[in-house]
Amino acid sequence: MTDTAALMPRRREVHPDPYYTDYKTSITRSPSLPLLSMESTPSEETGPRFGHNMLGALDNNLISNYSQGKALAVGERIRVHGRVLDELGRPVPHTLVEIWQANAGGRYRHIKDTYFAPLDPNFGGCGRTITDENGHYEFMTIRPGAYPWPNRANDWRPMHIHFSIFGHAFGQRLISQMYFQGDPLIDLCPIAATVRDRSQLDRLVAPLDMQNSRGMDYLAYKFDIVLRGRRQTMFENKPEGM
Amino acid sequence: MTQPLDIMVETPSQTAGPYVHIGCIPTFAGVEGVYPEDLGLSPIEDDAQGEVITIVGSIYDGTGWAMRDAMFESWQADAAGVYPGQDGADPKVTGFCRFAADKDTGEFTLRTIKPGSVKGRNGQVFAPHISIWIVARGINIGLNTRIYFDDEDNSADPLLARIEQRPRVDTLIAKKTGDGTYRFDIRLQGEGETVFLDL
Ligand SMILES: [Fe+2]
Repeated sequence: MTDTAALMPRRREVHPDPYYTDYKTSITRSPSLPLLSMESTPSEETGPRFGHNMLGALDNNLISNYSQGKALAVGERIRVHGRVLDELGRPVPHTLVEIWQANAGGRYRHIKDTYFAPLDPNFGGCGRTITDENGHYEFMTIRPGAYPWPNRANDWRPMHIHFSIFGHAFGQRLISQMYFQGDPLIDLCPIAATVRDRSQLDRLVAPLDMQNSRGMDYLAYKFDIVLRGRRQTMFENKPEGM
Repeated sequence: MTQPLDIMVETPSQTAGPYVHIGCIPTFAGVEGVYPEDLGLSPIEDDAQGEVITIVGSIYDGTGWAMRDAMFESWQADAAGVYPGQDGADPKVTGFCRFAADKDTGEFTLRTIKPGSVKGRNGQVFAPHISIWIVARGINIGLNTRIYFDDEDNSADPLLARIEQRPRVDTLIAKKTGDGTYRFDIRLQGEGETVFLDL
């Protein structure tokens, strides 16, 4: 098995429906024609790689990276950690993981966010890291607040952290969201509900992880991520039909 | 009962939302000072081999409105058709670029070099193309497509050959507008809908 093997086909049934009427923006932003499916090619089987040397010391610490260590963000201190794996259960080492989130009041530092919860002068809302050789990653951050959003008249996003993961192939590229155990807004959220299969949505809900929490300091949440795997065969390099 | 397959399932996607810029291109979004610069500002360094080209376009929703909030990633081979990381790749080509629709006009610009044709398995040869991945609010799973070029021979491309309705091939082909400049518009839905890929 090499890095040039074909990717396992994406299992679209575990992913959200592109068109989901309760999430109004998706109505005009979803293709109406079928996707063109075929076996992956080198264009999807290769992908950008990023080195640990591009990271700054505070890149994975959202509590202090906006002030560059001069002051701390307001909020419940949490550690978010987990592993990036592929569909064969193998760790995905040395891959870039980026996150973004609202502040403790549910406000993003973004020109389009006009919610009147105040900005935190010491919170930017982005972080990044690269998995270690075992696929582990971790972030220090504050628990984001839930926030209202313009969709139906009274829709609220549950507390969530956005995740962007590369893997080692452009065809593995994935963006998702992490929710928090016990948040009653998950069941009411039309964006969470775009994942139709509840057991699949549950995979986006991070459990509280007291064993990895630290007394008088932070609570931990564990969030593992699975990317597409590659087909395992020794037949790939032979001419077709041989 | 049978043996278990022992295959895990990919984590479900969720929309990148309206604030994807904070996470992926924070300096562009006005969150300055966390990173020295945004990732993927250019897919090439100075002295990359090949023809420098600029591709300009817009992405339209199902009503024909040019979306102001989409973010794009591109991935491509070098001028010889070799992907970064492969043996013999041009060290001046990183191959990866991130760019966003302009918040006022919705137009995007990708400046890069024209890639070479790419060899696949079983003797397949793909015409020069750039892979594109699109995320935005309302897009529940990132959309994959490709940019081909109208001044290249695309007649034997195995992916384009799979498109049954031949007029739709056109949706994947950038049109030359001048010396080294191309236009590539993306239509998410409806008339002239772009061919999106699952591979
Ligand atoms: Fe969000």
